[in-house]
Amino acid sequence: MSASALKVQPLTEYDDNPEIAAFLAEQENKTLLRFLTCGSVDDGKSTLIGRLLYDTKLIFEDQLATLERDSKKHGTDGDNIDFALLVDGLEAEREQGITIDVAYRFFATPKRKFIVADTPGHIQYTRNMATGASTADLAIVLIDARQGVLQQTRRHSFIASLLGIKNIIVAVNKIDLVDFSQDVFDRIVAEYQVLAKGLSFQSIVPIPISARFGDNVTSRSKNMPWYDGPVLLDHLETVKIEQGLQDLPFRFPVQYVNRPNLDFRGFAGQVASGKVTVGDTIAVAKSGQSSKVKRIVTFDGDQPNAVEGEAVTLVLEDEVEVSRGNILVASDARPHVADQFSAHIVWFDETALMPGRTYYLRTETDQVTATVSSLRHRINVNSFAHEAAKSLDMNEVGAVNISTQAPIAFDSYNDNRATGAFILIDRLTNATAGAGMIEAPLRRASNVHWQALDVNKDARAMQKHQKPAVLWFTGLSGSGKSTIANIVEKRLHALGMHTYILDGDNVRHGLNRDLGFTDEDRVENIRRVAEVARLMADAGLIVLVSFISPFKSERRTARELLPAGEFIEVFVDTPIEDCAARDPKGLYAKAYRGEIKNFTGIDSPYEAPDAPEIHLKTSGRESADLAKEVEDYILRLNAYDDFTI
Amino acid sequence: MLNDPSQLPARVKAFSRQHAGPTMSERNLTHLKRLEAEAIHIFREVAANFDKPVMLYSIGKDSSVLLHLAIKAFYPAKPPFAFLHVDTTWKFREMIEFRDETAMRLGIDLIVHINQDGVRDGINPFDHGSSVHTNIMKTVSLRQALDLHGFDAAFGGARRDEEKSRAKERIFSFRNAAHGWDPKNQRPEMWKIYNTRVAKGESIRVFPISNWTELDIWQYILLEKIPNVPLYFAAHRPVVERDDTLIMVDDDRMKLRDGEVIENRLVRFRTLGCYPLTGAIDSDATDLGAIVQEMLVARTSERQGRMIDKDEAGSMEKKKREGYF
Repeated sequence: MSASALKVQPLTEYDDNPEIAAFLAEQENKTLLRFLTCGSVDDGKSTLIGRLLYDTKLIFEDQLATLERDSKKHGTDGDNIDFALLVDGLEAEREQGITIDVAYRFFATPKRKFIVADTPGHIQYTRNMATGASTADLAIVLIDARQGVLQQTRRHSFIASLLGIKNIIVAVNKIDLVDFSQDVFDRIVAEYQVLAKGLSFQSIVPIPISARFGDNVTSRSKNMPWYDGPVLLDHLETVKIEQGLQDLPFRFPVQYVNRPNLDFRGFAGQVASGKVTVGDTIAVAKSGQSSKVKRIVTFDGDQPNAVEGEAVTLVLEDEVEVSRGNILVASDARPHVADQFSAHIVWFDETALMPGRTYYLRTETDQVTATVSSLRHRINVNSFAHEAAKSLDMNEVGAVNISTQAPIAFDSYNDNRATGAFILIDRLTNATAGAGMIEAPLRRASNVHWQALDVNKDARAMQKHQKPAVLWFTGLSGSGKSTIANIVEKRLHALGMHTYILDGDNVRHGLNRDLGFTDEDRVENIRRVAEVARLMADAGLIVLVSFISPFKSERRTARELLPAGEFIEVFVDTPIEDCAARDPKGLYAKAYRGEIKNFTGIDSPYEAPDAPEIHLKTSGRESADLAKEVEDYILRLNAYDDFTI
Repeated sequence: MLNDPSQLPARVKAFSRQHAGPTMSERNLTHLKRLEAEAIHIFREVAANFDKPVMLYSIGKDSSVLLHLAIKAFYPAKPPFAFLHVDTTWKFREMIEFRDETAMRLGIDLIVHINQDGVRDGINPFDHGSSVHTNIMKTVSLRQALDLHGFDAAFGGARRDEEKSRAKERIFSFRNAAHGWDPKNQRPEMWKIYNTRVAKGESIRVFPISNWTELDIWQYILLEKIPNVPLYFAAHRPVVERDDTLIMVDDDRMKLRDGEVIENRLVRFRTLGCYPLTGAIDSDATDLGAIVQEMLVARTSERQGRMIDKDEAGSMEKKKREGYF
């Protein structure tokens, strides 16, 4: 192999090659359209995509041979080619004949390149449909001409609208099976228009098609002379999409600070909306500081300007403080900066969304911890009605208020899909638990700064000669939490320390008497107790909390309310048989008889701590002995400090 | 190093200009410009969120494009991560030459990993078959390399148009501690907001060019003048016909079977892998323009020459569940 062979082949003279010349000319104007297909199961979504790929010559001979073989094995269309098999890629899908996950397909015509999200029709995969919709500019809603508008048609249309899709094609499919009837078509279109009244689409284009035979998909059908609207592919090629994105205010979420050496400090990101020109005055969203754009840097050389969609690196005139998570914005049209806002949520996770529980909230480049402070209502995706709810299950949609630990910069989702969206992440499993679309800020973050008080926590603790702490006793009912906590408090009191016990039963008689024993109420119960414990620790006290507190997530929330080291988890580890045998309040007997529902350890789970600060295995030990262990821990804690007794 | 731009024909220059930068304040981005920006955005997200990313460099055309995009994403800095080639010891010799030349030219940190257990056991595609060879020298070898260096995110050049199970895979594809992929339990991927959180031991594979097609790749190579292994261009090469495929005799480790004769045919490769497992096609496309033209009239998919996909339709999904890239 000679070294010269490693060089790239020279470009030939394409002007002499009309085919390549025409091809290159075509590429100069080719734009990108992302759309999704949705609708009820068996409405023929995959078949339609297979048909589009086939008719635009995107299926190759070897793929066709595989398809013919598979059609005989799994096909639902006799010996005919089953186009659905072309797109249902997972083995489980091929076996069950359904689409489970969103699949992305590609085809191109001389005018446009298309990215198609083929999304599942089954109700349990609604979250995958939302995934496909989040990046789509247009949705094709398929309706089986024999079935008309179904529940899933409504659900998918609602989610498409919620996720900000403005252009809809209503493809009335299998029109061949109703004799290409105009009456059927007109009736379904009228039905859909009624459905769409409550939704925010800008255009709805109905087209009668047969995906299986190709009528009105890529070429005009001879079977429906009564139809004079556009053919599906022509419409996809010409529909105007997102024209306004460059006209929105400039938004540039900062992904990465690029600092290869002391002379260069650039902010890398992708322009989310609007445009920017060298010399423009921009503002840093969170701090409000202003600067001017000095350079727009790319590998291909500096640019005079950049527009929506371009990935560039901005260099500013001044040394302003900017890091990942901030947004560079038009100085005369700034986004909201707030730590409380209202939003719509689509819930994905098997574990229900519960108000009061904390999650990681992520925007394109920012991440904070956040709490759903209230669930205003659930939206019935079939009737679009607002319903009262205490939690959101998988695939449900709700309107919520969110409170974040630190302010974030955002726009309303209706104004800007890129800067108005977020996801919620479960903090234990890291699962993407839900997706959110921001409506509006609830109050300005600047109004909620904490009052800085001269008499602070340190001063109060100093006066008491102790280190504040929260001893959090968790364990099954009857495990001995309260007994041990009582002994510990007596001993600490005897040593001159300032303490207070928050006991489950006592708090439920007062502060929490409005709460029951459902999972939602247990979460709220713990949240209130954790907040009270935090205030007491702030007052300088040693707080003993004695609560079953069965969920890891809430104990973690309580832990994070306090500075490191101040939350001491005491796991009172007593086997359930011992608790039931002891049964000081007769509760186990009742629970076994079915007289008490949601009883921890019986028909409601107890999640044991993974790494408690103090692990008390109670079997065969005296309460006083166990209490001594806790007391020693507190004394050691104070001995290390300046507050030695 | 490459062609002198002033030598380019007028039409290509006009195209390059249009593609390269703005001249007006209002303009539409071409589909390639959008795909490029999407990939750059993904590269930066990973660099900002992970401690120790790595880019899998497999020498082929998709890797060449991926490498080019990585360099663009962090310009004027160098990509803040290492590059890894999992060498099966059965790659075409020209691939290895090109790999070493590329690493030197760009001054990047390239790690080459070979599964020494497989070398010791003499694993090869002729005696052990494509699936054992691929498993030990590629899948297991990759897992070894990722574990050895503690990489927590790995970029790959897979595209969704290549194969059916790829079409279902997320851009950020989550792997458990055993590098396995669970296709039924993928994280929803909303907007451009990627959930990059992983527990210790788990990792993420990232595919920045998921939404590119084979034609997009060649167009981009043409526009950006990205160097590639010469095997993609037609030349006279020694090949034998075996199992309906043209296999190139790249070194003397390949033993001829009865009745096989070495022919010197004008061939090229649409995809590159281990030479005994990669079929050539008859072609007279000796330059990029001719390749694009050939693609416009092509009637077979690029993976047609890949022996490892042929067993049955679900075979790629199986390999991926086991940790194949």
